[in-house]
Amino acid sequence: MNEIEEKNNIITLGFWIYLMTDLVMFSVVFSTYAVLHNSTFGGPSSQDLFQLPFVLKETLILLTSSFTMGLAMLAVQSRKAKSAVAWLAVTGILGATFLTMEMSEFAGLIRDGASYTRSAFLSSYFALVGTHGLHIAVGLLWIVIMICIILRRGLSPSTSRKLTLLSLFCHFLDIVWIFIFTMVYLMGTMH
Amino acid sequence: MSILLGKLTLDALPHEWFTIGGTVAVVGMLATLVIFLTYFKLWKWLWKEWLTSTDPKKIGVMYIIVSALMLFRGALDAAMIWLQQILSHGSSQGYLSANHFQQIFTAHGDIMVFFVTTGFLFGLMNLIVPLQIGARDLASPFLNTLGFWLFVSGAILINFFFIFGGQFAATGWLAQAPLSELQFSPGVGVDYWIWSLQISGLGTLLGGINFIMTILKKRAPGMTLMKMPMFVWTSLCSSFLIVSVFPILAMTINLLFLDRFLGMHFFTTGFGGNPMMYTNLIWSWGHPEVYILVLPAFGAYSEIVATFSGKRVYGYVSMVCSAIGITLLSLLVWLHHFFTMGSGADVNVFFGIMTAVIAIPTGAQVFNWLFTMRGGSIRYFTPMKWFLAFVATFTLGGMAGVMMSVPAIDYQVHNTLFLVAHFHTMIIGGALFGIFAGITYWFPKFMGFRLNERFGTYAFWCWLVGFFVSFVPLYILGLMGASRRLDHYDASMGWQWLFIVAALGLAIIALGALFQVIQIIVSVVQRKQNMDTTGDPWNGRTLEWSTSSPPPFYNFAVIPEVHSRDAFWEMKHHKEGTEVVYEDIMMPKNTAMGIYISGFAFLIGFGFVWHIIWLALAGLAGVVVCVIVYSLDDDTEYLIPAAEIERMENQRKLS
Repeated sequence: MNEIEEKNNIITLGFWIYLMTDLVMFSVVFSTYAVLHNSTFGGPSSQDLFQLPFVLKETLILLTSSFTMGLAMLAVQSRKAKSAVAWLAVTGILGATFLTMEMSEFAGLIRDGASYTRSAFLSSYFALVGTHGLHIAVGLLWIVIMICIILRRGLSPSTSRKLTLLSLFCHFLDIVWIFIFTMVYLMGTMH
Repeated sequence: MSILLGKLTLDALPHEWFTIGGTVAVVGMLATLVIFLTYFKLWKWLWKEWLTSTDPKKIGVMYIIVSALMLFRGALDAAMIWLQQILSHGSSQGYLSANHFQQIFTAHGDIMVFFVTTGFLFGLMNLIVPLQIGARDLASPFLNTLGFWLFVSGAILINFFFIFGGQFAATGWLAQAPLSELQFSPGVGVDYWIWSLQISGLGTLLGGINFIMTILKKRAPGMTLMKMPMFVWTSLCSSFLIVSVFPILAMTINLLFLDRFLGMHFFTTGFGGNPMMYTNLIWSWGHPEVYILVLPAFGAYSEIVATFSGKRVYGYVSMVCSAIGITLLSLLVWLHHFFTMGSGADVNVFFGIMTAVIAIPTGAQVFNWLFTMRGGSIRYFTPMKWFLAFVATFTLGGMAGVMMSVPAIDYQVHNTLFLVAHFHTMIIGGALFGIFAGITYWFPKFMGFRLNERFGTYAFWCWLVGFFVSFVPLYILGLMGASRRLDHYDASMGWQWLFIVAALGLAIIALGALFQVIQIIVSVVQRKQNMDTTGDPWNGRTLEWSTSSPPPFYNFAVIPEVHSRDAFWEMKHHKEGTEVVYEDIMMPKNTAMGIYISGFAFLIGFGFVWHIIWLALAGLAGVVVCVIVYSLDDDTEYLIPAAEIERMENQRKLS
């Protein structure tokens, strides 16, 4: 194994460990939500607030972005810089759409008096979904930077490595979202 | 509240005698340092050779220096706590207000755990792990320097109220909710607590990730997992615990911050918040943290006892298994910190049994160490003395721990000084003695000369005697019903003399610390007599002793080939006349990026403490820009040609 490959290996392992630590961090907000989701303190409950069709659209958009990220990585592996950039851009746009929808959902809740200060349930909801949203925002910034790097430097080994990490990050966020969708929205709107 | 300065006003500046005293002391020390560095024109040397270095040997030394300073600071707090407890009984109220007293014991706990013990252990791991696995560096030199500087940034922030005023948390070292909520702690003290732990905790987390990568991926050829030295094993276990639980700490204090800053309701008393959830979350980090601190110390003892007994460590496989067992079990015991919460008999019994069960792997380690000594030709140098003191002290503290694992007994001694005495026995007698043993043992490797034995022995006896004089009275007081964090008690309790004895013990410990300082000075002055020219002053067994003392910055000119446990012992006794072939070496360049990022992180913390939003956002932007700039830089390493290595090696052999 040559040195670059070895270095890539080590960094990828490190990134995996980082993702696991991030997962532990998510697990704290998940368990907080599990404990507090009924503590509405007389305020609105999850049944009153969540609109499943809207969230389903969000979910499909995010899952599609995961798919386009996969296409971008295929392009990277076959050294097609232009198509990699294109698919990254599509991923970015889908991610940005998702984030905008989430922010508009937040804004709507706050406007309707269901803000994060209203009850422990809403605090834990905003913290859980917001933590995911913050990660998406970081991912978007990362995508933009990667597009710039590819355009300036092409697909060098170190760029490919960074793209691998980015795709891990995106898929990781999708998996986390599946759990949010299930636990917060599906279970929250069940009667 | 102004936009420019947030909650920061002139009132925040120090105006009580103990903060003014702190300010004068801190500013005086800094000024002396600046004058010294400027007079001797050492700034450039300091920046290039030390502060921006990515060499784990230098980062390790810096960790140890910062931790030693913090140990002094934390010990002053201990002295102030006991002085208050001696004076404040009956009609006398002592010399501190209740609030000051609370701030002091909070700072004492946080500093000793986060900035002394953790720092010392990271120092030792940085110094030893790469050498023991036959590597030239950690997996990510950048994350290492970044982790160190985040640690420093947190240490500055926790002490910053001395210079910039305000106050520290008065909530106990874990900022127990709902006391730490805005409603009950409106000042900035808890915010200082939040951000100093958040920043330094991030540093610890990065360090944990880095050491796992290093140990799993950078070992010398032939060193399988079951051939690793015990210190490497326990460092690996400790790192696994760090990455498992430090994220819990980060998110928990983040939720507390959201409560305080944005008015959310996770742990508040009203609006459906659940304060007991904070207790659960913080202790599911807090208990494993104890093992994070003590596991590397266990590893150091294993190395020391094997070396000074002249034998392989007894029961290596069972040592490894018990270290892993401790690692896993430590994740399942957190509830024993609050049996009195009333989770019901079943839950309490589960956690009680789990707690008692941890004594089994720990006991296995102790017996293995004793069996290692059996039949060995033991040499009683100071590291070995620390080890023997540890065995006695730690066993005693462990028994107290098993005793308290019984929920029925715990109900009696919960939150008393008995508990305080117990965990001081574990952390001083377990972790700190291990750190002193380790530093004495590995000192010649990094400085090229041994520490003075005579003063080391004096220091050892003072610490050991002082420790028992200090903490045996606390066990007794606890059984008599003295609760912890007590700023005043009734004269009729008859407790005062026991507090006086405890404080006398601290004076003896202080004498021990003084002997340690003298020991270092004397050792430096007389270094010619204790020079280590062989690289192997103790007749060691593991790879760190196979290179010279101090090692070259690339550690090994040729990466050693490992065939067995105790690899260096094997090499010494089966000499093979292979010819040395030098190869090119890639080494990491220095980088100041860790300092910049940590500086910006400090601004984030300081900005949020005082609600200076623009400053916090500027800090955040700074961090993001620095990370991006660093990630664009592919030129982080440089090559040393084989011929240059050969020249340096020959030169070192001559001198």
